[in-house]
Amino acid sequence: MFELIGQMLSYPFLVRALIVGVLVSLCAALLGVTLVLKRYSMIGDGLSHVGFGALAVAAALGAAPLAVCIPVVSAAAVLLLRLSESTRIKGDAATALISSASLAIGVLTVSLSGGMNTDVNNYMFGSILSLSREDTVLSVALAVIVLLLYLLFFNRLFAVTFDETFARATGTKAGMYNLLVALLTAVTVVLGMRMMGALLISSLIIFPALSVMRVCRTFRRTAVAAALLSVGCFLVGTVASFAWELPTGATVVAANILAFILCAAWGMIKRIGK
Amino acid sequence: MSLISCRDAVFGYDGRAVLSDVSLTLNAGEYLCIVGENGSGKSTLIQGLLHLKTPMDGAVLYGDGLAPHEIGYLPQQTEYRRDFPASVYEVVLSGCLNRLGTRPFYSRTHKAEARHSMELLDVLPLRHRSFHALSGGQRQRVLLARALCATQKVLLLDEPAAGLDPLVTAELYKVIHHLNRDHGVAVIMVSHDPVAVREHATHVLHLGGRPLFFGTREMYLQSEIGRQFLGGDGHV
Repeated sequence: MFELIGQMLSYPFLVRALIVGVLVSLCAALLGVTLVLKRYSMIGDGLSHVGFGALAVAAALGAAPLAVCIPVVSAAAVLLLRLSESTRIKGDAATALISSASLAIGVLTVSLSGGMNTDVNNYMFGSILSLSREDTVLSVALAVIVLLLYLLFFNRLFAVTFDETFARATGTKAGMYNLLVALLTAVTVVLGMRMMGALLISSLIIFPALSVMRVCRTFRRTAVAAALLSVGCFLVGTVASFAWELPTGATVVAANILAFILCAAWGMIKRIGK
Repeated sequence: MSLISCRDAVFGYDGRAVLSDVSLTLNAGEYLCIVGENGSGKSTLIQGLLHLKTPMDGAVLYGDGLAPHEIGYLPQQTEYRRDFPASVYEVVLSGCLNRLGTRPFYSRTHKAEARHSMELLDVLPLRHRSFHALSGGQRQRVLLARALCATQKVLLLDEPAAGLDPLVTAELYKVIHHLNRDHGVAVIMVSHDPVAVREHATHVLHLGGRPLFFGTREMYLQSEIGRQFLGGDGHV
């Protein structure tokens, strides 16, 4: 076991992937608690699809992936948030529309620019080899900013998530905090996307929150537990994928599924025991 | 000067007025009941009083040292997500949010206040419990404690007794009455319940697209509209 981990740490690209992965897992889990409770889970999912399209276009243009994806996905986050808030348009229908449209654009771009199926495969399901040194520095910096903002606004995010009407009545600019959450999610999705894959990153956001909510009964504990569980699942998944030569993103998600089942069982036992 | 005063306020949606000519005042220590049929403009007026909705005409003014957003609001019982993880303490403490200013975290003073208002509403022993494990009456008391963290002056209660059984309702009214009389908190309560009007209010506002009556309870009990609302057993 230790030998295996030592072997992993001797590869610089793996060390980079581990650092970024741990930070992204933290961000995704914390934001996920808010997103799931506000019923914004679909936003995270929609953003990952938009991210896929943006990534494909960036690659075709030969541009820096993060520099293209972060603005595009952030803009999409603002749009998706407006859609989910508006009662007039069918918000979730529009979200689904944007998701599939971005996927189509991404696939077409890859195909037209003479890319190979392996590229599509990498964008969809992630590749642990994708992080360059510059990417790593930028990713770490952005992830730390996301974490700091989340911590600083923790109490306000709770109030807005728990009861937006009351928060507004006491003068909290709820719209601003919704926007903040959407933008932070956009950054997190982009950072995690290339390693985890566009199709799998949204599960990194949703799973930990749902799992710990089976067991935890206070907001603070839920956030802390989700963060810890998410990092745990990421590390277990990455080591397992290295040991058995499995795709990293899918293995991390599998670890999250397992954790969810365990938490659900624990929650059920707790309830029966009462 | 009054805590809250409305002068010829008109509220509406998309340029269409749904509630017009509202003039009212609320002074310290008063207990105003707002009654009216569904669609009479009660919810719209609440939005207006909370400054969440700008009047199309006229004005809603706060005075007597009442800061903007210093109203303790108790929203109508909505289906809070059944599995929302939140402890009673977290919920009550979130009432201090309007006094957080630019600080990110609650201070010791805020925490002491949250504790104090939980004591006042008799929910301190429940503070570690999950908000959702509580009964309807307990939940309303917790939300009242949260509202008290936001204000010492005015509570705005939107159908606080909806969905509670009569015994629990009476208990809740007693608590509100106590806050009003012994702690000098002015109360605005939207209610369908004649009991609330008859036994607790000092003033009544009866809405029907515009104010059909505004005045003291005594005057309301004498009026035609008041007798109608309170029904045949309107003797006091």
